[in-house]
Amino acid sequence: MKLTVGAVVLPGTSKKTKTGLWRATRPVVNTKTCNGCGICVLFCPDSSISIADKTCQIDYEYCKGCGICAHECSQKAITMQEEGK
Amino acid sequence: MRKTSVLEGSVGVAEAVKACRPKVISAYPISPQTHVVETLAKMVAEGEIDADYVRVESEFSAASVVYGASAAGVRAYTASSSQGLLLMTEVIYNMAGTRLPVVVTGINRTVSSPITIQPDHQDTMAFRDAGIIQLYVESNQEAYATHIQAFKIAEDHEVLLPVMVCMDGWILTHCYEPLELLAPKEVDGFLPPYRPLYPLDPQNPVTYGSFADEEVMEFRYMVHAAMEKARAKIVEVAEEYRQQFGYYFGGLIEEYYSQDAEIILVAMGSVVATLKDAVDSLHNEGISIGLLKVRAYRPFPAAEVRKALAKAKVVAVLDKSLSCGHAGPLALDVKAAMYNAETHPIILSLIAGLGGREVDLQTVREIVNRCRAAARATDCDFFQLRSELV
Amino acid sequence: MEHGKLLAPGHRACPGCGVAVAVRQILSATGPNVIVVSPTGCLETFTSPYGHSAWEVPWIHPLFENAAAVASGIEAALKYRGLKDTPVVVMGGDGGTFDIGFGGLSGMFERGHNITYICYDNEAYMNTGIQRSSATPLGAATTTSPAGKLSLGKMERKKDMPAIAMAHGLDYVATAAICYPKDLMQKVKKAVSFTGPKYIQVHTPCCVGWGFEPALTVEMARLAVQTGLMPIFEAANGEISAVRKIGRVRPVKEYIEKQARFKHLFNSGPEGLAVLERIQELANKNIAVWGLASRET
Repeated sequence: MKLTVGAVVLPGTSKKTKTGLWRATRPVVNTKTCNGCGICVLFCPDSSISIADKTCQIDYEYCKGCGICAHECSQKAITMQEEGK
Repeated sequence: MRKTSVLEGSVGVAEAVKACRPKVISAYPISPQTHVVETLAKMVAEGEIDADYVRVESEFSAASVVYGASAAGVRAYTASSSQGLLLMTEVIYNMAGTRLPVVVTGINRTVSSPITIQPDHQDTMAFRDAGIIQLYVESNQEAYATHIQAFKIAEDHEVLLPVMVCMDGWILTHCYEPLELLAPKEVDGFLPPYRPLYPLDPQNPVTYGSFADEEVMEFRYMVHAAMEKARAKIVEVAEEYRQQFGYYFGGLIEEYYSQDAEIILVAMGSVVATLKDAVDSLHNEGISIGLLKVRAYRPFPAAEVRKALAKAKVVAVLDKSLSCGHAGPLALDVKAAMYNAETHPIILSLIAGLGGREVDLQTVREIVNRCRAAARATDCDFFQLRSELV
Repeated sequence: MEHGKLLAPGHRACPGCGVAVAVRQILSATGPNVIVVSPTGCLETFTSPYGHSAWEVPWIHPLFENAAAVASGIEAALKYRGLKDTPVVVMGGDGGTFDIGFGGLSGMFERGHNITYICYDNEAYMNTGIQRSSATPLGAATTTSPAGKLSLGKMERKKDMPAIAMAHGLDYVATAAICYPKDLMQKVKKAVSFTGPKYIQVHTPCCVGWGFEPALTVEMARLAVQTGLMPIFEAANGEISAVRKIGRVRPVKEYIEKQARFKHLFNSGPEGLAVLERIQELANKNIAVWGLASRET
């Protein structure tokens, strides 16, 4: 594809990079314990959590496994597990 | 209606900028640019220009303000000299790479140390690699015309590069002479409103200033290619200006009696006017001399230079700046262009007029002598030959 | 588009990056009607490789030292483009704000531009490899102020940028931290509703640069506040108008000992401990001067 004039870039094109591949550990949500408070959404660096049906859902395509959500969860509903197990 | 008045060169520049209807002007004062930016400030204060005048705390910021304004999609202008111009260097490279068509007046003044406010081209020469188009003007009437032409060249979608109009500080800016100003309608007819390619706008978000490790060659090539497109554009716009307004100061170059001259002087800027007078005087003495004015320094008109110098015996390039440790930059560019020419006149690199030192008819006579001595040189010159014995 | 996704995923921030957390919270508050300017730094680098932009809002990265000046030019231009109600927000690091961008920032404040300048403070030039900035706190080791036989890390105190912003007489100056997202978001909303220059400094811990596990990024921000080292407040016209009280004040040691950048203070004998003492004194002074404690101790 031809380069743009002045090297401008279209919005949101970072989505081509699947940063989920970076993970060494992955967050796993206990949907029964999760109360959908949404604090994890505000703390995720990678826009990889959303609340749907009052439950936290992880976007594993992009989640880097940093563990902030698990550490900050008010209900301790998220645990970090080794990726690939 | 057109207006002719005796105006200071700086005021002529301000009038040209006003006629082009910029929306953002930003500047930091430095002699000899001050009268341009003071006049513009007064014009804004009196409502003669509908623009924001941003009074910044440094030239770095002045250039940055107009960069931002241009990215936001409006016509923007700044001016500086010497130290101030150098302080803008990083931003000017950025403008070129980001393809923002800002017009900058480079009011020539030499560079510290030693500190001095005297004029020469050492400041604007610092930008010859940056990707900014550089046009050197000979007179105040040309300065007026070239600023108007500059916006048109810059904003053309095949170009989209910043343009620096270089004019000698004090000699031009602080000289009073009759200038004819075009009527506003005439300039409006010549210079259409700026149509930005990617203005910053939440309706159409774009990202500016990305980092490109893999594509540096190609992005730099694109700036170079735009410079190549600018060649034809500079000539075309000068022609259009001539057709519409009756004023012409050259396209990329101007040839002054150089077609069949044995000695050709090459120069840029206000010294060209002096040299034209000198050429006229020397013609009266039967000397075969002409002048090549280089108007566009970047893009460098190599092909035009080759054609203009083809029949010369000796070429004397006058540089009002110096690439210290080497030679005059204009001379170096002329020599490089001539390397690939079919003929190879002698080319002298002459440094004259640094720090505003006077170049006059006497200087030109000395140059002519230097050229003649160079022309007499053969492949093998004997010294102290006792010619009466052979 | 969900405001929480205005920073698109797929960006290249380190896992657990405090800056990314802050930016998502900030954009959640502004929504899409905004133009963002960022100087060179972590945020710029991880969001804008050519062809891979994480910005769903208009964004420009000019140079390192001129975000405030470029924002000034954009702000001046917007009225001529029919966009005078679009806020201009700078998001720049401590490097581009406290140091190399300082002059331009002061100029922008002084001219009174309608710009919200948000500094994400990770306390060093992180993007280029954790070098010392004037925001690096007392006693911290960085790659250019390393601990060694003759050095205990940075011996100068953190430059007080909020005070400098206040000294410019701005109508709104605030500090915030990523551990209090509702507070940060409210402050951003408030700031963009004012006309004139506004300054918000957000403390954004850096797990790589400070030396702690990525999962602790938000907790580290919380500890910084709870020790008194990072006062959270609002100010207008040079006067403090609101302060966030600390519930239970923690000793600085509880914050410092969790970061590798301070570990040399614990194994450099009495001199290292003396620096720790000085850090505690700074925290105590903040608590006293700002009135951070909830009740008399």
